[in-house]
Amino acid sequence: MTKNITLAHGNGGEENNELIEGVFYKHLKNDYLKKSEDASLIEGGRLAFTTDSFTISPLFFSGGDIGKLSICGTCNDLAMMGAAPKYVTLAMMIEEGFEMKTLDKIVRSIKKELEVCGAVVVAGDTKVVPRGSVDKLFINTSGVGVVELEGISASNLSVGDAIVVSRDIGAHGAAIYANREGIDIESTLKSDCASLWPMVKALKDAGIKPKEMRDATRGGLAAVLNEWAKASDVCIEVEEASIPIAQEVKGICELLGFEPTALANEGTFVLALDPKDVEKTVEVLKTFEQNEQCTMIGTVTDEYKQKVTMTSEWDTKRFLDMPTGELLPRIC
Amino acid sequence: MPKQELDLFKVFRNPEHMKALAKLIKKESKTKIRVMEVCGGHTHTIMKYGIPQILPDTIEFVHGPGCPVCIMPKERIDHAYILSQQPDVIMVTLGDMIKVPGSHGSLAQARSKGADVRFVYSPLDVLKIAKENPEKKVIFFAIGFETTTPMTAALVDQVVKLGLKNVLFHINHVTVPEVMKELLDSRDEHVDSYNNRIDAFIGPSHVSVITGSKVYEQFPEKYKRPVVVTGFEPIDVVEGILMIVRQVNDGRADLENQYKRSVSYDGNTTAQAFINKYFDQKDLFKWRGLGNIPKSGLKLRDEFAHLDAEKIYDDVLPKEEIEDHKLCICGDILRGMAKPTDCQVFGTACKPNKPIGSCMVSSEGACAAYYKYGGVLR
Repeated sequence: MTKNITLAHGNGGEENNELIEGVFYKHLKNDYLKKSEDASLIEGGRLAFTTDSFTISPLFFSGGDIGKLSICGTCNDLAMMGAAPKYVTLAMMIEEGFEMKTLDKIVRSIKKELEVCGAVVVAGDTKVVPRGSVDKLFINTSGVGVVELEGISASNLSVGDAIVVSRDIGAHGAAIYANREGIDIESTLKSDCASLWPMVKALKDAGIKPKEMRDATRGGLAAVLNEWAKASDVCIEVEEASIPIAQEVKGICELLGFEPTALANEGTFVLALDPKDVEKTVEVLKTFEQNEQCTMIGTVTDEYKQKVTMTSEWDTKRFLDMPTGELLPRIC
Repeated sequence: MPKQELDLFKVFRNPEHMKALAKLIKKESKTKIRVMEVCGGHTHTIMKYGIPQILPDTIEFVHGPGCPVCIMPKERIDHAYILSQQPDVIMVTLGDMIKVPGSHGSLAQARSKGADVRFVYSPLDVLKIAKENPEKKVIFFAIGFETTTPMTAALVDQVVKLGLKNVLFHINHVTVPEVMKELLDSRDEHVDSYNNRIDAFIGPSHVSVITGSKVYEQFPEKYKRPVVVTGFEPIDVVEGILMIVRQVNDGRADLENQYKRSVSYDGNTTAQAFINKYFDQKDLFKWRGLGNIPKSGLKLRDEFAHLDAEKIYDDVLPKEEIEDHKLCICGDILRGMAKPTDCQVFGTACKPNKPIGSCMVSSEGACAAYYKYGGVLR
């Protein structure tokens, strides 16, 4: 490992995993953490518990803001364990000089998103730090949810399972990058930032039991599939043409040299399902407006264990690897 | 019903066309052809779209030295690192360059230790950084082939016109025809003859938009090597290969242009004039793995020497040559002598997140492309 933390250590991919293994697991690993799930199941599996911190520039972006994101992020981690979000803590680190009006707007956005998830804030904390100590505003949220769908785990995948993605991928990553200072791409693209619990609840109400679900946040679809392939010791084979990607996302990726599969999402999840559940799942998820492109993208096999392959429309195959490094635009 | 959207890429990635072109190549290709794709963008396309998987064994890709990050010798990266450590300096460069390790580390590591290192997508963004930080020196570490050189020239132009006093340049621009010539001309004890390794060239896409296809005339004429200037899309590459196969079958060596939608014979003459106004050829430029190549690199013209960070910081910048890592064979790979998989540290000690050699650093480097996409390919 390098001597200092680099931005690559926060990428949700390989270096991030090295940091977790090399520092945090080294000292703190236990039965809960070693499962590496989105949220830990506690109290005999009745409750799910998780935490997440949020820093984003710009604070307000097309499709959301840091407040909405801080609720979606934590509540989605609970929802992905089949838990209904109930109780949330909210901690804010605010830079001296931050506009009161902006803070109020962010907190209003938090309130609105809590209503969507059905959760409440039960504890909070604020720290104000001298100018320059944080970039405007950092938020940490933790959440507790009540498990309503049991038995969801990254080690559940078996040969023959179907892989479904809830909507077109990469919108958040592409929108944020386009909005970033120094890139200045004009685009109508909106982040996919959204709460997923209502969708999971709809699946539950329809009697569907996914084997595994995960929201494809940092590291994107590629990271989720690679984590599953490893955790379940299987191969995941996806068809490139079946992965829904918006034209705007494709365009930004082409310009900057990114892979849509490595871009972050904040309201897109991937499911591993018994193949007989696919049709119903897609039907249920499509009742949500943003999931118009929900579709099956691949299957679980045992061809290349712990690997993800992607087949092109002209039948060539390549590995879809864990994203590595900091996302940097290509040079020419 | 899904929305009807304009698809900008489909036409260049149409599976029926891909399969049909591959079928024609299989039918027509009779003799073994070693095709060098000079440009890293092509290497990326070839690996990403699995093009060798649909072509017959007669077509062998020899990956060329056309990735601006990969050919950057450690000496130059050390310059960038050292400049970033100078007081009141903001070091600015283009994306990928931040990750390349020199002997002190990469610019990303310099940044994590407190240096002010930034990347821009467009060199003109340097103007904004310079205006916002009048008390700092902003050094633009300029890299790239003919594609990015005009953008640097445009920045120099603005700095001169606006009379900005706090922008300096460290120029590492290199040119394609000179290195192609070197590959065909050079002989040393290491290799009997590169000459025999390359039967035909796929000419770069974006570089040729600027230079025009005229710069490759010498290769069919003098060296009897077919050159087909080809676009970056998978269908472009496969069509380019078909054109090469047909030249070889006919016993021809011609300069052809598959990428007509963007490349003309004369190229972008405005950009060329801009380059000539501000830059001059260096007598020698050292390429990683290839050594010193005459006239292959650019420098600021003498009248703009006051903007040249290499001159201003001359006393702190080392001049010694640095050997490449013993186990790394990037040099052979850049010369088309070896494949990434021939390297004993490939994918083990050398990976994209901790590269030993430069070919693993940039996504356009042959090693990075093999690592990322290569496992299933033949």
